[in-house]
This record gives sequence, structure tokens and C-alpha cells, in this order.
Amino acid sequence: MASLVSHPDEVKVVTKRFGKGATSLDRYLELDGYKAVQKALGMQPDAVINEVKNSALRGRGGAGFNTGMKWSFVPKQSPKPKYVLCNGDESEPGTCKDRLILEHDPHSVIEGVMIAGLSVQAHVGYIYIRGEYRYLSEIMQKAIRDAYGRGFLGKNIFGSGYDFDVYWHGGAGAYEVGEESALMESLEGKRGIPRIRPPFPAVIGLWGGPTIINNVETLASVPHIILGGADWYAGLGPPKNGGTRLFCLSGHLNRPGVYELPLGYNLRKMIYDVGGGISNGRNLKAVVPGGSSTPVLTAEEIDVGMDFDSLAKAGSMLGSGGVVILDDTTCMVKFAQRIMKFYQHESCGWCIPCREGTDWLKKTLTRFHAGGGTKKDIDNIQYLAENMLGRTFCPLGDAAAMPTISIVKKFRKEFEDHLEGRPCPFEKAGAVRELPVMA
Amino acid sequence: MAEVNITVDGKKVTAPAGTLLIEACKGAGIEVPSFCYYPNLSLQGACRMCLVKIEKMPKLQTACTTVISEGMSVTTDTEEVHQARKSMVEMLLGNHPLDCPVCDAGGECELQDMTFSYGAAESKYIDAKNHKEEQQWSPVVYFDRPRCILCYRCVRVCGEGMDVWALGVQNRGVSSIIAPNQDDHLECEECGMCIDICPVGALTSGAYRYKTRPWEMKHVGTTCTHCADGCKTTLGVRRCDTGMEIVRGDNRDKSGINGDFLCIKGRYAFDFAHHEERLTQPLIRKDGRLTPATWEEAFELIGKRFAEVRGKHGGQAIGVVGSTRTTNEDNYLLQKFARVVLGTNNIDHHRTADFPALAAALSGKPEMTASMRDVFHAPAMLLIGNNPTEQHPLLAWQMRNNVRLHRARLYVVNSQPIKLRRQAASFSQIPAGGEGKLAAFLAGDDSAVDALLNEKTTRDSCIALREKLRGEANLVIIFGSEIRGNNITSVVKFASAIPGAKVLCLADYANSRGAADMGLYPDLLPGYHRVTDAGKFHEEWGGVPEARGLTFPEMVESAKAGALRACYLVGANPIGRFGIDPYAFSHSFVVVQDMFLTETAVMADVVLPAANAYEKSGTFTNTCGDLQLVKKAGEVTGTKSDFEMIVRIADAMGFDLRKLVPFGRGAHFDMGQSRGAQSGEADRHAVWLQAQGLEPQMSPFDPMAILDEIQRLVPGYDVSRMNLLAGNEQHTTLAGSGTGALQNPELIVPAQDDLFSSGTLGRYSRTLNSVIENHHKESAETDVAAD
Ligand SMILES: Cc1cc2nc3c(=O)[nH]c(=O)nc-3n(C[C@H](O)[C@H](O)[C@H](O)COP(=O)(O)O)c2cc1C
Ligand code: SF4
Ligand code: SF4
Ligand code: SF4
Ligand code: FES
Repeated sequence: MASLVSHPDEVKVVTKRFGKGATSLDRYLELDGYKAVQKALGMQPDAVINEVKNSALRGRGGAGFNTGMKWSFVPKQSPKPKYVLCNGDESEPGTCKDRLILEHDPHSVIEGVMIAGLSVQAHVGYIYIRGEYRYLSEIMQKAIRDAYGRGFLGKNIFGSGYDFDVYWHGGAGAYEVGEESALMESLEGKRGIPRIRPPFPAVIGLWGGPTIINNVETLASVPHIILGGADWYAGLGPPKNGGTRLFCLSGHLNRPGVYELPLGYNLRKMIYDVGGGISNGRNLKAVVPGGSSTPVLTAEEIDVGMDFDSLAKAGSMLGSGGVVILDDTTCMVKFAQRIMKFYQHESCGWCIPCREGTDWLKKTLTRFHAGGGTKKDIDNIQYLAENMLGRTFCPLGDAAAMPTISIVKKFRKEFEDHLEGRPCPFEKAGAVRELPVMA
Repeated sequence: MAEVNITVDGKKVTAPAGTLLIEACKGAGIEVPSFCYYPNLSLQGACRMCLVKIEKMPKLQTACTTVISEGMSVTTDTEEVHQARKSMVEMLLGNHPLDCPVCDAGGECELQDMTFSYGAAESKYIDAKNHKEEQQWSPVVYFDRPRCILCYRCVRVCGEGMDVWALGVQNRGVSSIIAPNQDDHLECEECGMCIDICPVGALTSGAYRYKTRPWEMKHVGTTCTHCADGCKTTLGVRRCDTGMEIVRGDNRDKSGINGDFLCIKGRYAFDFAHHEERLTQPLIRKDGRLTPATWEEAFELIGKRFAEVRGKHGGQAIGVVGSTRTTNEDNYLLQKFARVVLGTNNIDHHRTADFPALAAALSGKPEMTASMRDVFHAPAMLLIGNNPTEQHPLLAWQMRNNVRLHRARLYVVNSQPIKLRRQAASFSQIPAGGEGKLAAFLAGDDSAVDALLNEKTTRDSCIALREKLRGEANLVIIFGSEIRGNNITSVVKFASAIPGAKVLCLADYANSRGAADMGLYPDLLPGYHRVTDAGKFHEEWGGVPEARGLTFPEMVESAKAGALRACYLVGANPIGRFGIDPYAFSHSFVVVQDMFLTETAVMADVVLPAANAYEKSGTFTNTCGDLQLVKKAGEVTGTKSDFEMIVRIADAMGFDLRKLVPFGRGAHFDMGQSRGAQSGEADRHAVWLQAQGLEPQMSPFDPMAILDEIQRLVPGYDVSRMNLLAGNEQHTTLAGSGTGALQNPELIVPAQDDLFSSGTLGRYSRTLNSVIENHHKESAETDVAAD
């Protein structure tokens, strides 16, 4: 169990039941649990979709697409069954929020899946949980069992005449399976390889049926929107960036942890106020604002609102909410190498540019950091990453290319300092060897 | 289908709605490179070679997964597109071993071509390449992992195309690897489709690897000599000290009725031609032993003895057995020789289907035979009996892929749960031997249904099936040799009531249909005309013996009784195949023409070493009636074609050869120019000359002279000579055929070949033997599922 942190600026919506024993169904009910779904049962499906659309809730899995909009793409009539698929594969380095939700408030995820199901008239939902999150699977399994026990799931839920089943499914340990189409393949029992899109899952998804796929946090936000109203939720953040999100602060900070803050919260404040500033009295060098796949920001670029649109304007992404702080003892070459080691390991290998590109980037960066680099290598690294960008079969290739491009661009001098067989200047200075990003 | 207009590189392109952008570009003559895209296989989007710029799309898009839409504007020749292609090739070459100088695919490799067209001359990478050891997966299939570019074509052709699913992908990322789904080896049909479709040299064949460079071969387009389906194949031929050596059979020419397909036999089992037991000298029995002799001695002896027997005892004392693997020209000539020179109707062959009954049943409805292409396009198919997966690999491929690609409905009725049931919309298992009853039931005899019933098949299900079939337009009814005689009449009767329905009668060997069409019957002339009603043949040949001749079993009896004094067997091994008493012919003078000293040849008085179908020219008719060219790939020193030997024997008997072979016609207009056709294509110049009758047939050994006569006299064979010679199949019909005959069904003996066997011939194929051995080993180790 991860210990919880808190900060006065936090706005507790999704985290409001954290630490309050809500894994117990009774406790969950006391804390307004399963009220939202009952309310939704009394609403028209389109009204549910509109409520979510107007709340400006955007996907918390990474791409930040308007959730209600996504649901509205599901065809009303379908010869094949429709599904809801909750993406709990959380594997992006720097991101560790879904696990807290699954650990502290599993019923809110179930309830979110049910409401999503009602909105598109699906009768089956799946909750896919990352293979390494075994203990969370147990919590989720119990929650599902309990919900069935009370008749909240199964036939005729809450006496409404509506049937809804929820199943749990465990992953086998692949980052790529978090990508929505690979997720479906995996759930169907196949290799975790993405599918050709279009068609998009909302039209042709699991077993060919229309499928809503959302992140754990996205779905856990939904019951609160139904109860609190779209306007309230949208008003929490800047325009088009509704609500709060769980920011996972990690790295060289005094108070790392997961904090629920409104979208648009200033990054500088997040680092120095919420996170308690850089540890060991050192200085900030760079920030990964939204998980390892987002372009890094330098210490000069942190006066930015942490919402989808502001970060896009700043040349990066809000991504999955993993905020990684790097201090001035961090070797950015080593950091780039470590990130690439992850992507090379996690590339599914389906397409040429990602499979071969990540491998050559990893090989080159490894040799480079060890002192075997040449000036040409720096351009090659840039060249390779740029030739992967936008050309791979799924966004994993982009995820590997984007941080690399930004690191070489913004920290080229550090690369040059590694040339001519010189040992890594940061290791010589006795800096921390272990970098904050773990695979 | 509605037409969609798009622009590619400023060019207006129109294609039917639903067309993939890559195909639309191809149609407009604009090449879009691809590795993973392969027509008729599922889309992958994996290689990213086909990226193009589509207006209004921020990123480059894969042309292989994009369906064209009205007004789409595409550019394929921008700097960005070129850079994308170049970098893909660069990344691929990074881990590629670049062992082109020793790679089988060198010179025929899509990666080489792609590098040539789009790649960079210089390598950007200096780190070590990843390496994996080469593996052997079966006697036929080898895998050289580092060369693999992971296009997944092999996986798909094996699964989607073959329905075998023997290959898969293991691991992930840069460790991804193509691997057999059964541990470390293949348990499959060994068709070599994966090897053929591999764009690089990653999959190579045990039969061909490291044998030659592709450009050292001459490529000859011909027809497979094994089963009756008639795949077009291209032989790679190299000179060697015994004449020529076939080093490869493949499918580079996709224009044939088989498209992409070849089975193990077509692809590898040409190797019987180089078997060490191949006969290369005539043998004459002297003092009880077969002893080498000269050709002249042999022909003189045969001519003398045949003439003697004919003179003293008449033609009825001589029997002739023809072959299902020799050409139409050989067969036609053989029966003409029997009837005109030997003066006998005692001629027969190994019958594996009842074509005379088919001809009789179809009389008046000659257009009702289905071609092999029809099988691929029919909206519905009914299969009665047979197991095409084993016995008719191409047919099975066409049926499967018709179902997969065109959503055709397949109805299967069989006594066994054959593999094609997996593609079937309906499968009815009936008691063994019930096929004929099914035919009767379909034709309306409701009482026949009782013989079809078992736990799974009920009266109601039979009636429902019949109703369903009656509602299918353009149904193709395919039946095996279980359906004979009157039952064929029933099938045709049933088919006649269905609009556009066609039938397909399955025989077993490469030219079984041709042997039947050419009249290797004691009672039927070419085109199923009764000998008692010889008509035009009578006039053309100056007389045909009128009495019905002996069937092969009758010849055996006659020989035992001492009445059959001579027997001439051409490319047939009845003693080996039918288990006939080897001493049956001990009182007859026996002449055998064959490639090997078969069970029949060992008891002959004279054995003549024959060329096989890869060593001569002519035509084959497949079981559907598709007429195709057989082209000489080369020759093995010391052998002669059956055609030439028949002519030489006639000559030795003192017969006027012009009455046997109409040679000496045509005029030589070719001034010796433009005879440079290569690479297995037809020599267009020669084709035209031939088709116009301007190519001289100056020699009595020229099968083309007999083809003239066949086309003139055999009904249904008056097809376009130009098309035929250009290497296109020509469907013959039974139009104008004789009335055929209802034969004694016992005379039909199915070959019972499976995927890895091919009558006597197959026994001499090293590849087939090694595969059979290997499969025995495996099935002893593991319990192999039926499919
Ligand atoms: C390589 C890759 C990995 C991903 N991993 C996750 C993940 O672990 N969890 C997640 O919710 N979304 C992940 N995504 C995003 C999903 O594809 C998808 O956009 C998301 O689940 C949609 O939910 P949302 O709209 O609620 O964000 C990943 C995407 C990519 C390309
Ligand atoms: S970019 Fe390509 S290789 Fe990489 S994970 Fe996606 S599909 Fe697989
Ligand atoms: S073995 Fe050949 S066909 Fe198969 S994936 Fe590799 S390159 Fe493609
Ligand atoms: S299917 Fe028949 S004709 Fe085709 S390759 Fe195989 S044996 Fe030859
Ligand atoms: S051909 Fe289009 S991705 Fe391979």
C-alpha cells in the first residue's frame, strides 16, 4: 500500500474516498457510492453522454480526447454487442495514479464503467488491469463480487430491468497493451499488437462490436460528474479542460506523491509548493510533464498551466499525468538512454520504424553515454527519432521519439560534453546513479 | 460498383469504391513500395514503406490500409515521402546481415530492389548487428532469422491462404521472430508457399538453397505433372553433364489458374527427373536378362515382333496401355497408332474418374463443365466426396480462398470429417459409400435418403440441404470418383435444374482427363465417340477397327489365356499399381516405355527410357478440362520422348509416317530473328507464327503436328491456339462429344494419393520421401491432430 500525501491546494474529487475504507461496499455506499449509476438509470442515454461531454472531461490515459464526444461515436444500432473497456494497464514511466484509484476506490471504477455502458446501451464491461498490479486485481475482483452480491451487477441491476455484467481481466506485462487497440487484442487472447485504425473501437472494437475504451481515472471521474453536474466539473478547470486530475509527482523532489489538482494548475507551483521543491538543495534542470513519452521542459519553461491545451502550446503534452522532476546532477544523455531502454524493451515490434528505430537509438545512446560517441552520432540520434515520429503503426514510436528529440534539441551541449571518449561528466561529479524513471 | 475519383501526383485516377489506395496507384502506373502488403492477404500496416501524403492529413498515411474516397488528393513523390521510404530501408538494413552474395534470394530480393530504388548508399549505424542462428524447420523449410524483415507474409499465407496456421510470431520488439507454432519444427503441408512469398532470403527451401544464383537459370513456364489440377509452374533449369538439371520449381508467373499457389509436389517433386535410377539406355531381354542395347536394335526388334503378331494373329492379339502423365499429343498418337498401325482397339489406361459417363450425361449441355477459375469465382459450391486438401491441393486452395475472399457458400457432403468442412457453410457427414445415393436423392429420388442417415444427418437436414442448393444460382458441383455411371447422370440432372450450375468431375493424375478425352478406351475414340460409329475418324485415318477392344483387366485375362501375344505399355505401371500377377504377361512380347525400371518394366522384353513431361512439349488437360501448355525444360541424355518412340516403332513396322503424323505442313517465315524470349515468358514471336500456321512442322517427331489434328478432330479442343501457346489455359468443353458410354464402374481405381504421394512417380522424389519419413517420425512422437 502506497502511503497518501496531501496538500491544501488539492481539490478532492476522484480521491475524495481515498483512505476512507471505500473498498468495502458498505463504506462506499455511505460515501454516496452507486448513487450516480442509479441516477443515470433514470436518464436518457443521450443525456448521460451530453452531461459528460459538457463537463469537458478529457481522457486521462494520455491523448486527452473529450470523453463524452468519444462515447457519442458509438452507433445507436449495432448488430453486434457493445462493450465498455476500462484501461488499467497503467505502465507509462512516471505514472502511478490508476493504481491508487484501484486500491482505494475500486467501486468508483465499476460505477464509471456501468454509467459508460448505460450511455451507449452496452451490457458488458471489462476492467483490464496491468499484469504487475496483482494485488490490485484481487481488490477489484472482490469489489466486483460484492457488487454482484447486492444485485448491483448482473441481471436487472437495481431493479431497473437493465442487465449489466462486469469482468476483470489481468494483463501479462506489456506497456504496449495499454494502447487501446492492442488492449483489445490482448483481452481477446491474442498477441498484444495494435490494430489498423480506422475503424476506431467506438465503431468496431472488441469482437467486432462497438467499444468504449477509457482510462481508469477517466471512468472514476464520471460518477462525480453525474452527481455534481457538468457545469460544476467543467468549472474546476480552464475552458475545455474540465475537472481535476491526479498528478504523479516524482523525481528529485522533497515531497513526491500523487496530488489531485485542478487542470491548469501552474507547474512551477506544483514543483516548489506542492512538491516541496527540489531535494538536497539542488537546482531544477528539466521536467517531464506528462509521463516519459512527453517532450521535456527546461527549468526556464515551467511557467505553464498544467492542462492539455497550455502544454500543447508549450510544445509538450499533459499525457498521463506523470510529472518527473530532474535536478542539475542528472545526466540528460543517460536519461535519454534510460527512456530508450524502456521503449526498446516495450516496443511490440510490429512495425519497422519503432522496432528497429528504438533498437538503434538504444544501442547508439548506450555507446554514446559510455564514451564511445562521435559528433555524427548526435545528428544520427536526432535523425532516427525524427524519422520515427509520425510514421509508426501506433503512437508508441512517437512516445519514444518525442522525448528524444526534445532532449537532443534542448540539451545538445550535454551530448557534446560526452564526446571524444570523455567519461560522463555527471558520474564523475558523483551524482546519483539511479535515475528517477524506472521501467 | 460505384467509381471513385482521386488524384495521384496530379494524375486523375478512377477506381471502384472500396479500392485500396495502393491498388489504385498501381492501376494508374504509380508505384508505391510495399513489403507487408500482399494482395488477397489481410492488411498489416507494418512495414510503413507505402507512406504517402494525403491532402489535409497532417501525417503521412499508409496507402495499403487507406480506402480511396471521392476527391482524395495524394502525392507520392514529395521529399517527405522519399525520406520516409529511405529511412525505413535504412532502419531495416541496420540489423540485416547483408549477406547478399551468398543468399538464395540475391537478384530476386525485394529488399535489394527497395534499397536500389529508395535506399541510401551509406550506413548510419556502427553498433553490432543482432544475430540469430539459422534453423531448419522441416526437410523443406529453412529459416535464416537475421534476413527476416518481419513482413508477416509467410504467417498469413500459411494461415489465411493454406488454412494450416503453422507459423506465428514470437517475442516482441526487436526480438520478434517468426517461428513454427509447433515447438521448433513444422507439422504442415510443406507447400513452400511461405518460402515463395518471402520477399527476402529468410525462408529458403531445402531443395534449392545454395544451389545456384537465380540468373544462372533458364526459366521455363510449364504445367505440373503430378495431380489433375494443372498448376502452372516455372522451372529454373541449369545445364549439367547429364543434359539439364531442374533446380527449382516456383511460381514467379502468377498468371496461371493457380495464381499464387503450388503444393509441395509442384514446387519440389520435379526431382524424380534426376533420380539415380533413371533409365538412360534401351534394355532388351537377352538370355532372360534385361541388357543394354542401342536404340536401333530396340526399335528394329519391336517393329519386327509387333508386325509379326499383327500379321499372324491380327490386331486383337496386341494390347496397349497408355498413361495419365503423358501429353495429349502422346496419348492421341498412341491410340491412333494402336488403331491405325497395330489395328486394334485394345487400348486402356488407369481410369480414376468416369469421364465417359460425364460426357454422356452432358450431351447437349456442353457448357456445364466448370473451369478451375470458375471454382475461385463461383458464388456457391457443393463438394461431394473426395478430400481435395489431400488429393486436389489447388482445388482446395481455390475453394478456401473463394470462401474467404468472396464469401462464397461451400456445402460439403462427405463420409469423413474432411478439412474443408472448416470453410463450409454446411457440412453433412454421410455413411461411407453413400455418395451415389446422395446424387440420386438430389436428383429427386426421395427413397435414396435412407442410405444417408446417421446420428448427425437426418432426413430433414438432407431435405433442407437440397432446398438450399436448389436456391443457389451458378452453383459449381464438384464430385470425386465416388460418383460414377448413373450417379453422374443424377448429378447432372440436378445441376441442370439450377440456373448457371456447372459440374466438375475429379480425376487423379496430371493428364487423366486428357487420356480420357484422347480416347484411351477400348470402345471410345477421341472425344468419346464410339468405335462403332467412327465417322470422321474413319475417313481421316483410312479405317478404324470396328469391334470394341479389350479393357485392361480383359487384356490380363487374354494374356493369361495366351491370346494376347504382345503388349505395349507407355508410361504405365499396372503391375505395381494394381497388384496384378507379374507372370500374367510371361507369354506375351512386352514393351515398356518408362523413366524407371518399375514393377511392370522388370518383366518386359524391351524397356525404352522415356523422357518425362518436363522434358518434352505438348499439352495437358486438367480435371476441369482446362487445356494448358507443357513446355520442354531440357533433356536428360539417353532418353526419348514417348512421341518420338511411338513414331519410330511405326516406322520400324514399315508404316507410312505421313499417315500417322501430319507433318510437313506450314511454311518457314521466321528469318531467325527475335527468338530471345527468356524468363519463362512465352516467346510472343514464335507464338504468333505457330498460331498462324507459319511455323513449319518439318519433323514427324513434332507434337505440334498432332496438336493440329487434335484441335481439328477432337470436339471442344478447337480453342485459341494463340492463347494456348502464350501460356494461358483454355477451357475445353464437351461440345460435340460423342455419346460416351456407361462404363463398368469397377474399372475406376482411385489413386489414393495424398499430399506427399504421387503414384509411381512420387516414389522417386527425394523431397517427398524425406517429408514422408519426417512426418512418420513426428506422428510417432506426438499425436498429430487431423487438421
Ligand atoms: C503505447 C501506449 C500505451 C498506452 N498505455 C495506456 C495505459 O496504460 N493506460 C491508459 O489508460 N491509456 C494508455 N494509452 C492510451 C490509450 O490508447 C487510450 O487512448 C486510452 O486508454 C483512452 O482512454 P481515455 O480517453 O480515457 O484517456 C496508451 C497509448 C499508447 C500509444
Ligand atoms: S509503433 Fe509499431 S512496433 Fe512500436 S509498439 Fe506501435 S506497432 Fe508496435
Ligand atoms: S520470413 Fe520472410 S515472409 Fe516471413 S516475415 Fe520474414 S521476411 Fe516476411
Ligand atoms: S496442386 Fe496438383 S498440379 Fe498443383 S502443384 Fe500440386 S500436384 Fe501440381
Ligand atoms: S505496405 Fe503498407 S505498411 Fe507495409
